[in-house]
Amino acid sequence: MSQPDILNQAFELGFTYTRSTGPVVGRFLTELKKRNIVGIKASDGRVVVPPMEYDPDTAEALSDFVAVGQEGEVVSFAWVKHPREAHPMDKPFAWALIKLDGADVPMVHCIAAKQESDVSTGARVKAVWADDTIGFITDIRCFELVKE
Amino acid sequence: MSEEKSMSEQHEIITGIEAPIYLKYNFTAGAAPTRFLAQLKKGKLTGQCRAEPGAPVYVPPRGSCPATGLPTEQEVEVSDKATVQSFTIVHIPIPGNPIEPPFVVANLVADGANISFIHLMSECDNAEVHIGQRVQAIWKPEDEWDYAMDNIKYFKPIDEPDVPVEQIGKLPVTGLEG
Amino acid sequence: MKEIAIVGYQQSDCVSDAGALNEVELIIPVLERVFEQVGISNAQDVDFVCSGSCDYLQGAAFAFVLGVDALGAVPPIKESHVEMDAAWAFYESILKIRMGHADSALIYGFGKSSPGELPIVLSQQLDPYYLAPQWVDTISLAALQARLMLDQGKITERDMAEVVARSRRNALNNPHAQLKGDVTADEVLAEETYLSPLRKADICPVSDGASAAVICTVEKAQEWGLPYAVITGIDHIIESHNPGMRDLTDSVSTRKAAENAGMGEGKVDVAEFYAPFSHQEIILTRALGLGDDTSINPSGGVLAGNLMMASGLSRIGEVFNRIVRGEADRGLAHTTSGPCLQHNLVAILEKGEAA
Repeated sequence: MSQPDILNQAFELGFTYTRSTGPVVGRFLTELKKRNIVGIKASDGRVVVPPMEYDPDTAEALSDFVAVGQEGEVVSFAWVKHPREAHPMDKPFAWALIKLDGADVPMVHCIAAKQESDVSTGARVKAVWADDTIGFITDIRCFELVKE
Repeated sequence: MSEEKSMSEQHEIITGIEAPIYLKYNFTAGAAPTRFLAQLKKGKLTGQCRAEPGAPVYVPPRGSCPATGLPTEQEVEVSDKATVQSFTIVHIPIPGNPIEPPFVVANLVADGANISFIHLMSECDNAEVHIGQRVQAIWKPEDEWDYAMDNIKYFKPIDEPDVPVEQIGKLPVTGLEG
Repeated sequence: MKEIAIVGYQQSDCVSDAGALNEVELIIPVLERVFEQVGISNAQDVDFVCSGSCDYLQGAAFAFVLGVDALGAVPPIKESHVEMDAAWAFYESILKIRMGHADSALIYGFGKSSPGELPIVLSQQLDPYYLAPQWVDTISLAALQARLMLDQGKITERDMAEVVARSRRNALNNPHAQLKGDVTADEVLAEETYLSPLRKADICPVSDGASAAVICTVEKAQEWGLPYAVITGIDHIIESHNPGMRDLTDSVSTRKAAENAGMGEGKVDVAEFYAPFSHQEIILTRALGLGDDTSINPSGGVLAGNLMMASGLSRIGEVFNRIVRGEADRGLAHTTSGPCLQHNLVAILEKGEAA
């Protein structure tokens, strides 16, 4: 009796969630829609971007928003030679930890660059906005290198 | 931060976001389900059991005898006649399915099997569907058979005496009279 | 308080694709072997069962419920599950015994990661507002961590390559390893980068498989007449979900967990770390201040085979194996979860009196 060794079937699993943002995340996203970036002051005074709802050390609820710059410095980066389908870019790019001007804590976002050697730790980058901003983390489409 | 406040007031504050997640997979049927589905493609309904006399027969099989945790290595052909173990009448449509409500979804135990599977019933008066009722598979045309349980379009009542509740799930492959 | 011991441990081979085998078919052979090792028939012979798995790996809802079909759960058993590595099922089982609700427990973990795109699936465990919608994968986050180490002069690429080379060589003695070989650091360094600064060799493989262990009170182990290793301490600590808030070049949570588990109360002969990326093994070794008198990842670690949701339990099992074989008197097993060593569990195992 012949039978197939393996039966398989490709499928896509969708979780079509909507999420409540709460006052802190909601405020950050509202500002993104207006093309502003805000952080929040942690208990020890550090400015955290994107804002966190609670202080990771003291668990104190945070509410002191601070406007930060749209430019910043690369703290670390990873060069993606082979972008995955889900990634925000279809040609090589960098994921990075970026410390925005006025922030004390770096955020994770992507940098559009032609080649790995264009990116370096300490490099200056600036936010590039999406054509339509909707109040979502990808309203910042990516960062790009600031030409000195 | 009065400056911040005035900025926010100009825009509606965001309170929720759409954040859908889509993940792609390549699902693989288990080794035991693959054997079951290969038989189904040939128009045969099979169960599996431990290689031991009197071991319970599972349809559809998933690779183990859950009662003992042992593998179901033995193939057993079961009948396409079955008994209604339980049922429900559904009044809402199944998304993406052409079947129109109200329709009957039933737990059916095939003759020769010891556990029920879920399938549809049709060509019946919904009001008269009952536990213990005898049904038989209505198969799609042979050229449409695939590795799928919907090779059987639905089950339809047949003119056989009801199975007493205590005997449901215990019939031999030859049925109540066998 | 009752002392608790490990009396059995088994795992499947780590394979890149288990093919047709479904969850229950992956688990059954491993359970059969651990039952045989301990001399019991099935899960009816222990007081508690706890498993670790994650439905997102294979994209099948309630796949973990299928796992119960491998147990022989008729009549019903006391059973629990964690949507985490089975090392946390191990932790839960210890609590169950400590509370006096059980004298013995079966723990198993399984994962079939091959049907999905694991680094992308795992991106969805991140912050759902700021990170998951960017689809930043686990390899990229680890690469950010590695570059911080490199830029700060805490490691060199050669240090990372040496971790890989030792893993491949150690794995030659591990029959379940997926990646093994007599590889030199120079050969690793000759590879081009894959996700710079990481090379493919710095990254653990994707593996399918399962592992299982049996634990019980020391009295029960002696009653069963089995060689055992005593679990003298265990703890787990988590850090912030925001990678920017953490010192990614250190593992504070591992150090705290190890202190709480009593690591400092004796010599550590062997340490098995769950370090999915080469640089993370260095972070962990340094965080705990372990030196040359500790054998690190003699199994090859997860760079040699990474069974998501089972390899944490395997770290414990590898230390257990070395203790009962008499190769070590005392060892440390570590497990991690989340990006860049976010959440860490440490268990200390020691040779039993009669072992």
